[in-house]
Amino acid sequence: MKLQTATRLGLYAVLELARDPERTLSAADLAGRFGVSSHHLAKVLRTLATAGLVRGGRGAAGGYRFTGNRRRVTLMDIVALFEPAPGQRAEEPGEDTAVGTALQRVLAEIDEIAEATLRSISLETMLRPRR
Amino acid sequence: MATIRSAEPADLPAITNLDHRLTGAAKAAYWQGMLERYAGGPADRLFLVAETPRGVLAGFIVGEVRAWEFGQPAAGWVFAIQVDPKLRLKGAGSALFSALCARFKERGVSRVRTLVDRKDHLILSFFRAQGMVAGPSLQLDMDLP
Repeated sequence: MKLQTATRLGLYAVLELARDPERTLSAADLAGRFGVSSHHLAKVLRTLATAGLVRGGRGAAGGYRFTGNRRRVTLMDIVALFEPAPGQRAEEPGEDTAVGTALQRVLAEIDEIAEATLRSISLETMLRPRR
Repeated sequence: MATIRSAEPADLPAITNLDHRLTGAAKAAYWQGMLERYAGGPADRLFLVAETPRGVLAGFIVGEVRAWEFGQPAAGWVFAIQVDPKLRLKGAGSALFSALCARFKERGVSRVRTLVDRKDHLILSFFRAQGMVAGPSLQLDMDLP
């Protein structure tokens, strides 16, 4: 499954911050941990803040901390902030042909399984040590 | 904290009531049959209940060790799990699942397996939280012409 860069950064940031909700990390700290541009990550963090998942302090030294509920927030909640909702993407050429329709049925099946998987995994489950 | 024990015939009304409340379908005959086959039956069939300190049914779980189902080596299958919504988030479901897994291990299997409706996010999340991940099989079905 291919996720957009912003989606992956959103997942990294939320999971890293949710590991310790008391801890505050700056966009630069987070970017350094994942080897990504802090400019790109800052944009992602703003989206997460608007969704109420993180809260950010102002200024260059201002950091972010997790403000969601680890047991309630699922991977899908984060993915949905950055990826188009199922059934809401623009129609692509050929989709209205018989072959295109058949292919869409298969792709929709894959999307449905992926969504069910992402929706079933809470941050708490992700962050629990593996048995 | 709920106590886990093997189900008994006397649990039938409470099990039927709980399932009826959760699914909207009364299935007394079905649960009577399940109790007859799984409670106190062959050692590889298990029907456990969780009971509150006041003796109220908090939930139940049903499973069985099966070998070579769909070509897979022996594994413990979980067929049903229900927990009273008023008593959820108190560990009864996890206690039932752990107890069933422990009994599966005693019977020599090292895998536990179940089937879940992919739109039932609550139960999917529950099994995920127990550590379950996608297994080696994909379930397929179709409407008969």
